[in-house]
Amino acid sequence: MAYVAIADRDHEEEHHDPQTFITKYVWSQDHKVIAIQYGATAIFVGVIALVLSAMMRLQLGFPDTFSFITPENYYQFVTMHGMIMVIYLLTALFLGGFGNYLIPLMVGSRDMVFPYMNMLSFWVYLLSVIILLASFFVPGGATGAGWTLYPPQAIMPGTPGTDWGIILMLASLGVFIVAFTMGGLNYVTTVLQARCRGMTLMRMPLSIWGIFMATILGLLAFPALLVSAIMMLLDKTILTSFFMPAISSMGADPGYTGGSPILFQHLFWFFGHPEVYIVALPAFGIVSDLLSTHARKNIFGYRMMVWAIIAIGGLSFIVWAHHMYVSGMNPYFGFFFATTTLIIAVPTAIKVYNWVLTLWEGNIHLRVPMLFAIGFIFTFIHGGLTGLFLGNVTIDLPLSDTYFVVAHFHMVMGVSPILVVFGAIYHWWPKITGRMYNETLGKWHFWMTFLGTYAIYLPMHYLGFQGVPRRYFAMGDTDFLPASAQDLNAAITMSALFVAATQILFFANVIWSLTRGPKADPNPWDATSLEWQTPDTPPKHGNWGHDLPEVHRWAYDYSVPGYADDFIPQNVPADVAPAGRDHGVEH
Amino acid sequence: MEFGLIILAIILATLLGWILKQSFNTQPWIAEPVDEAAYQAPFNAKPKLVALTTFLAVVTSFFALIMSAYTLRMDLGDWVPLTEPQLLWANTGILVAASIAFQWTRNAAVLDATARLKPGLIITGVLTTLFLLGQYAAWQELYASGQYVTGNPANAFFFLMTGLHAVHILGGMYVWARATQRLFGGSDDVEQSIELCTIYWHFLLLVWLVMFGLLLST
Repeated sequence: MAYVAIADRDHEEEHHDPQTFITKYVWSQDHKVIAIQYGATAIFVGVIALVLSAMMRLQLGFPDTFSFITPENYYQFVTMHGMIMVIYLLTALFLGGFGNYLIPLMVGSRDMVFPYMNMLSFWVYLLSVIILLASFFVPGGATGAGWTLYPPQAIMPGTPGTDWGIILMLASLGVFIVAFTMGGLNYVTTVLQARCRGMTLMRMPLSIWGIFMATILGLLAFPALLVSAIMMLLDKTILTSFFMPAISSMGADPGYTGGSPILFQHLFWFFGHPEVYIVALPAFGIVSDLLSTHARKNIFGYRMMVWAIIAIGGLSFIVWAHHMYVSGMNPYFGFFFATTTLIIAVPTAIKVYNWVLTLWEGNIHLRVPMLFAIGFIFTFIHGGLTGLFLGNVTIDLPLSDTYFVVAHFHMVMGVSPILVVFGAIYHWWPKITGRMYNETLGKWHFWMTFLGTYAIYLPMHYLGFQGVPRRYFAMGDTDFLPASAQDLNAAITMSALFVAATQILFFANVIWSLTRGPKADPNPWDATSLEWQTPDTPPKHGNWGHDLPEVHRWAYDYSVPGYADDFIPQNVPADVAPAGRDHGVEH
Repeated sequence: MEFGLIILAIILATLLGWILKQSFNTQPWIAEPVDEAAYQAPFNAKPKLVALTTFLAVVTSFFALIMSAYTLRMDLGDWVPLTEPQLLWANTGILVAASIAFQWTRNAAVLDATARLKPGLIITGVLTTLFLLGQYAAWQELYASGQYVTGNPANAFFFLMTGLHAVHILGGMYVWARATQRLFGGSDDVEQSIELCTIYWHFLLLVWLVMFGLLLST
């Protein structure tokens, strides 16, 4: 079956558009509505995780001040903050949110290939979120095992939430993986099968490449988390010994016969490292499109950008043990993983050079999405460079479990993807809602967030060099640390609270735009890719009106010599120059 | 982890080779009129087949990781190998027969020999149910001889691996049941379901053979 036929089949659905409020906005099978449902849910749990991080910072900055933060609470906050941010916010938002919204629109399809499964994916995701949040309210509270959930401490008495919290956490992860798999099969099949006429793989915008490759990584890596979640659930509930060593707990024998905690670490990080790129690759793709559009220049080295995404995806599966250098591994094993880790810097560096070269002599418009995209280049280079330190075994050993690591991974996979998330929301907001946002408010939001996060994480590197360990509830009297370390911690907390508070600007902007934002032009940024060429803004069910678009060129025809306009949309035929423009498509 | 890595490397190499072939000689920056040949979907496949293939890659990753965990765990000192029940040989034979029966049914569907569809689906369903019952009987046999799931890591892995394999077969049985229901309800729109089920059954047979081999050899 050629995919023209699929397009035709989907076309028939126009005759039974969803009519009632329920089928249109609640049990919707429209990819755009599902995307907004995914996005809103992810941002909602993200705000919860943000509040949790504010509580952690309060404790770290001002120990012995807040009686409502006990050590147990602190560990629960750390755990839930990490897990929510990595999986329930970033993974769900990039793939369930942006993936759902952008894939059909950018490849010229009417919807996902399996709309019903797509709807199911969101509702199962919502179920996983509810299970996760329920763990705050069960006896013993949420698990406090750290987001890595290392056994044996994750299920032994003494760690908070070993009664029910850990069970709900593992169950929620399992449900999330089911939801992700349903969504992921849709994204892959839609990209492979439902592209419109002329949309070859190498004409796809880099956003789609990033989301596509991240989905494949997710599909292959999440099974590792599922396997470890199932095995740990069995260890917890029916006392098998997959991960639990023969151990005595407070004088009692819980009955374990000698499992391997290291086995869990291997399985966890076999998922955990690709997970970094599940979050990073969509960000890479989206930021490429933002930079190109707002610099009015074609992306530098498009093919190299695609191959770099593919190479990073492949390499991300053979670097996992760099998270385990301190677990006592064979030195040759460590050498291997240090080497692969440093090799992954090559395609990553290619991408960074190409972003910078895209800006070179571009006609840069410093609109809000562009500010966030350029901000991302800064924070990503910064976080990437500290990754080179930590990728080496000998440097990692002293820095492991210090605030240097915390600063590194927040810079590279906390701040950087979040900047792209905001950039992407501001960029596509006019298309999604049909309204403009307040530019001034957006710029304030950017500068306060960008500079604020530097105020948080730069000093954290320094604390790490001094040897301040992470995961500690309070430092107490520690000889090797000067008293000023605590002052720095207090300053970081002030910055963190400031950044958290400035996110109100974003929500204020959302409300302002939805209530009194001016009507948006269908293509306010003069962009080339297909989603800006829809007949309606916001696009209606079916996206394209009567006829599917036909693609004749790549998505980066900006400032083509000889044309009056500085952009040529993808659906403009190759041999016909638009009216009022000069001839000659020379590259 | 070597086992999982090799499987994963094969999946990734296939995918990457295919993408590179698609992209190597292209010059995307040149605008061109639509190339009719480029409309053909990749693999010239059906969307459900692409989705199933992708899903099989996911399940492959899942089972490869469990078997990797098995081999890693095996190297530790307290591992007491399990003596697998002889019944598993019979179960294997039944699963092979189920796979053959599905292939026979699929061939009938392709040849439009509709009279063979109903018996074909029923035989497949009976054989697969027999396999699941046989697996359950093997569990009972182990329990009767005092080989509990918590007794030893080898036991735990045995129950985990056979259990998860059975869960995947049950998932296939759901699709089988819906296709059978449609067929007996008078619908003839079952060819694709049968084709996809056949692939899935062959795949789960392959998983079982690899897993059974691993269990026997250790």
